[in-house]
Amino acid sequence: MTESALNLSPDPASEQRAVGSHLARRMLRNATGLASMIVLGLIVLAAILAPLLTQTDPALADVRSILQPSSAAHPLGTDSAGRDVLARLLHGTRYSIAGALLGTTVAAMIGVIGGLLAGYYQKGFESVSSWLVSAIMALPGIVVLLAARAVLGPSLWMAMAVFGVLLAPAFYRLTYTAVVNVRHELFVDAARVSGVGDLSIIGRHILSVVRAPIIIQFAFVMGIAIAIQAGLDFLGLGDQSVPTWGNMLNDAFARMYKSPVLIVWPSLAVALTSTALALFANALRDELERSGKTKKRRRLAGAAAAAPVLAGEEAVVHAELGEDTRADLLTVDSLVVGYDQPDGILKQVVNGVSLRVKRGEVHGLIGESGSGKTQTAWSILRLLPDGGRIVAGTVNFDGKDLAHLSDKEMQKVRGRRISYIPQEPMSNLDPSFTVGSQLAEPMRLALGISAAEAKKRALELLARVGIPNPERTYAAYPHEVSGGMAQRVLIAGAVSCEPDLVIADEPTTALDVTVQAEILDLLRGLQKELGVSILIVTHNFGVVADLCDRVSVMRSGLIVETGPARSIFADPRHPYTQDLFAAILEDGAARGQLDHSADRHTATQGVTP
Amino acid sequence: MTESLLVIDNLEVEYPVKGFRRKPFRALKGVSLDIKPGECVGLVGESGSGKTTLGRAVLGLAPVTGGSITFKGAEIGHLKRRARRALSEEIQVVFQDPYSSLNPSLTIEQSLTEPLRVTKVSSPDASRRVRMLLDQVGLPSNAADRLPREFSGGQRQRIAIARALALSPQLIVCDEPVSALDLSTQARVLDLFKDIQEATGVAYLFVSHDLAVVRHLSHRVAVMYHGEIVEYGEGDKVTSDPEHPYTQRLLLAAPVPDPIRQEQRRADRSRLIEAQKEIDLQASVH
Repeated sequence: MTESALNLSPDPASEQRAVGSHLARRMLRNATGLASMIVLGLIVLAAILAPLLTQTDPALADVRSILQPSSAAHPLGTDSAGRDVLARLLHGTRYSIAGALLGTTVAAMIGVIGGLLAGYYQKGFESVSSWLVSAIMALPGIVVLLAARAVLGPSLWMAMAVFGVLLAPAFYRLTYTAVVNVRHELFVDAARVSGVGDLSIIGRHILSVVRAPIIIQFAFVMGIAIAIQAGLDFLGLGDQSVPTWGNMLNDAFARMYKSPVLIVWPSLAVALTSTALALFANALRDELERSGKTKKRRRLAGAAAAAPVLAGEEAVVHAELGEDTRADLLTVDSLVVGYDQPDGILKQVVNGVSLRVKRGEVHGLIGESGSGKTQTAWSILRLLPDGGRIVAGTVNFDGKDLAHLSDKEMQKVRGRRISYIPQEPMSNLDPSFTVGSQLAEPMRLALGISAAEAKKRALELLARVGIPNPERTYAAYPHEVSGGMAQRVLIAGAVSCEPDLVIADEPTTALDVTVQAEILDLLRGLQKELGVSILIVTHNFGVVADLCDRVSVMRSGLIVETGPARSIFADPRHPYTQDLFAAILEDGAARGQLDHSADRHTATQGVTP
Repeated sequence: MTESLLVIDNLEVEYPVKGFRRKPFRALKGVSLDIKPGECVGLVGESGSGKTTLGRAVLGLAPVTGGSITFKGAEIGHLKRRARRALSEEIQVVFQDPYSSLNPSLTIEQSLTEPLRVTKVSSPDASRRVRMLLDQVGLPSNAADRLPREFSGGQRQRIAIARALALSPQLIVCDEPVSALDLSTQARVLDLFKDIQEATGVAYLFVSHDLAVVRHLSHRVAVMYHGEIVEYGEGDKVTSDPEHPYTQRLLLAAPVPDPIRQEQRRADRSRLIEAQKEIDLQASVH
């Protein structure tokens, strides 16, 4: 919790400093990435070293030796004009790759620059450029290429440049969407406030973020360009004077019956290059996406890494305030939760939590981010994200050990006996179904009642949770209701199947304070009315004071202090709890009025022109 | 009485709404406010009240459609981009979300030198300034070569503060700078804001939804509701004994961290709401 001290392990720091070389290393470890890179490397090498690998001129025709089989002078034989196949193949690599590179570069230049400008400036620029892009996409590519050939004559380079223009929309669309997403990031606003000009913002902040998808797209498009270029030459639309894979195909196809092996070499070259490029792009995308995932998980599990496991520490337990005859509903004992890391290590986020919730009791689980409070709640519901699992301990709920229940049996418990109120009400309602159907359907399934009965109960519930016009909200889609209303709907859903326990994960954090007060009132009222137990996860001491009978304070995956709410608020004993209480600002002294010494200070500091 | 640093007079901001001939959305409906040198003015309100829009208007990031913003006697509400850039040395910003306010692919030093490069500070000078700034916000100087993702939320917010301080501005607009932080971190970052203000005499426009946070830091507090300022006055008075019915509701809605006093506050709140309903009812009858 000492956030100003840099408690970082040196390992991720050095590993992340060189993001580029890091990615390259990961690509080498990826089997597909490595294989495609080797193939591409060999192809490029062949193109560069073509004059050294073969002394024969690829254009040298020899009518005395046409369609020769493989020999010492011609390792792959000769074609219909007596030209050396190997020499043509190697030199063809140069032209094919250069052609594809030209086409893709033209496409990328036009598309990326257009996308950047359109995405950043929007308005006028955007309408003009998207109109142009649509027009280009509407043009039939082959017809345009034929027309270009008719007007400009047969030229490999011209054809590929025209083809590049036709492919530009692929880059434009990608860049445009990426830029629109980044444009509203706060760091772009911050740069504008810092007085940075538009061009530097685009070059520095926006391009760096959209770089990766553009590289991937480049590899994909280049694979396509190789194939298209070969196709054009194969159809005889290219320049017959340069040796390309497509021209070789054209020639071989005409002599298919006499010498079928001729078609193998150029086909192989085209297929190999296109496939290698596509696989390379795929591997690159996989690696980039995977880095995002591990990063997320690292943040999720960060707390356990920052603080050492304190499993030996005993929690401070406050004495009961009076005789409590209510039975235990939920008893969690020595719960340990961990996440399997890609390198096989288990990252522990909950280090042995024990807590119990009596029937009809409201238990608050309070802690700062990364304390493991939400992880504890999720593991009671057995809804841990991918890679997370209960490592040890038991979760005894009304006589059943939830930690060791089969998924099928757990399904029967969730929603019916234990329900859940999430933090983000909006993202927990499916936008494509009406509020009513999302409320009625689970009831129909869980309680086995008819659709009409379910609707009737759903409307009653909506009225009970304080929704002014239940009929209208029932028929509304989630985007048509406010955040506070959505949370009321989710609360209605949580109590709809008459559960014994409701787990509420920061149920008011995303709401305004006046709405929070209403939601707290609603929760308190429902709890009294239904006698349901609530386990509420929160970071807000006010919420705990308002609602909870009992509190457990969590830090680094452990409970450090637990007991009746009143006695903990009156007398916090653990140093960590005391620190938290000291950080509370409510009832703190106000700043007071601006005194004149401060004015003098500014006056002496002077005004910089 | 010292002269005001920033005067906002009858400010209106309207956002265009998509669709043919749709009426624009009025985010600010005539807001007036002033900030003195070295003063912290708190701006409280709930989501949609226009408090963030007011901050963005001062920064030149929101479309001003009426009224004026005067900074040191000069009108800045309708400046063109180029003229606006010159103001970057005087008005700076700290945003709410410490995760998106720093470019993830730039090192801390690159982010911090950005405003310095604009004003043509030489690079050794800029480097020295970066270490000084990091020291000022309580971060070690070796933080300069790292990427934002290596820092926690509180540390990132310190970096964002350092960036705002880089050009020694006279006014910093703070848009919910602590609401994404943990309780203990929040208290420390607020203290940092206070220390920096006392050391440099910079003025803050401090936007927050949390009355307690605003009370802790602000000399004067303005309360916004539906695009208007409904109450504006001395910080202590507005946050403990407000006059406007909305501020009263806002104050009583925030739960106190004490079960016994919270029970009391709950009762007060329902009484207040009943009483206000009564008044509304009478008003609608007449």
